[in-house]
Amino acid sequence: MENNKKQKILIIEDEATLQKALQEILLQEGYEVISALDGKRGLELVRSEMPDMILLDLILPKMDGFEVLEAIKKDEKVKEIPIIILTNLGSVEDVQRALDLGATNYMVKADYNLSDIVDKIKKIIEKK
Amino acid sequence: METKIKNILKHINLNPFAQCRRYNLRLLQCPSFLFFLMGLLTLLAMVGTYLIAKKYYSSEVVIGSVSTVTILIFSLGNLIIKGIEKITATAIIKAEFISIVSHQLKAPLANLKWPLELLLSGKIGNLNEKQLSYLKLIQENNERMIKLINDLLDVSKIEDGRMKIIKQNVDLKEIVRSVVDNFIHLAKASNISISLNIENNLPLIKTDSNRVRLAIQNLVDNAVKYNKPKGKIEIDLKRMKNRIYFSIKDTGVGIPKEQQKQIFSKFFRSDNVLKHQTQGTGLGLYITKAIIKSSGGKIGFTSEENKGTTFWFYLPTVSAETGR
Repeated sequence: MENNKKQKILIIEDEATLQKALQEILLQEGYEVISALDGKRGLELVRSEMPDMILLDLILPKMDGFEVLEAIKKDEKVKEIPIIILTNLGSVEDVQRALDLGATNYMVKADYNLSDIVDKIKKIIEKK
Repeated sequence: METKIKNILKHINLNPFAQCRRYNLRLLQCPSFLFFLMGLLTLLAMVGTYLIAKKYYSSEVVIGSVSTVTILIFSLGNLIIKGIEKITATAIIKAEFISIVSHQLKAPLANLKWPLELLLSGKIGNLNEKQLSYLKLIQENNERMIKLINDLLDVSKIEDGRMKIIKQNVDLKEIVRSVVDNFIHLAKASNISISLNIENNLPLIKTDSNRVRLAIQNLVDNAVKYNKPKGKIEIDLKRMKNRIYFSIKDTGVGIPKEQQKQIFSKFFRSDNVLKHQTQGTGLGLYITKAIIKSSGGKIGFTSEENKGTTFWFYLPTVSAETGR
């Protein structure tokens, strides 16, 4: 860590159960956590809060994950923020599309433990 | 000899109605019945033409009857194609149905996974032993359902050739370590030791990290599940020329020699394994093989009953891949 400032993570996930569990574990790991339950609100938070990392679901109300991803990557101010795609589908076409749009990584939700996700986040934030 | 002939006869469908009944098709939509009809018609036409030609000595009559029969056979052929189309369409609808149902089932199961993990971790308050043991049971069953649905989805993808992979630069040792970490508890519970031997400076490979992770998970899972109490598992990861070799050796029940050929077949479970473990679908190795193959690698094993099994696979390294 380059300084003592808490790293800020934004969760954009409409499934409240998952959002809550993720938030809980990340808070315990010492991160600052903000979350949005839809894509539109998520994008607003990306711009106003400038998080250090974004966890993004693909299927979202109001604005889907792809649109959010595209908007982030077009915005000079926020386009460097690493984004982990969280998906339930594991549909290769969708994930490939998200990676092509510039997502850093992807994880199929049902296949990973929370601790695996925390590990991944730590690694990506360290690399920054 | 007799059984051989019986086997061959089994594959020749002598009963034209059996297929129609099996697929619930009407007779005029049923290819096997239509073929039967076509064969019968051709025979009758031959005999008929012969008789007519013999009686009237007129080429016009012969041409006329041959044309009529040709038209009839042509129409029948058309019906056969339609019948086959219907069967194919049913298969597609079935595949789509499986996919939709599986996804719908998977989402709520996935939703249970993380809250359960949180409760069991003690990070949001402590539970007593009894509560923990019941939660653990719930978690195990939830994982089983998720695995089953994943396997079914994968199999339906493999079967209709939709199993595609996303290629990224992947650090195989990270995946192996993380998978082994997740199995430590289960192994400890049966007094099984896992040793990890990873060569230094392994290059990256270009593959689908989630898929390869699943393949390794399946192999470690088998090595733990079918091991003996106080057994050992040795995992090796090393480089050999342009490949990275993964191998996992267990001291488990092994695979009976006469069943080794079938080990990668869908739904196959060997006899000695069924005696020990009733759980399991027999899909793991089938899927694992498909994953390794689609990543440009190869998988194999050596095994001796009651002594243990070593599964291995290799995957091409990044430089080997781009050097092609």
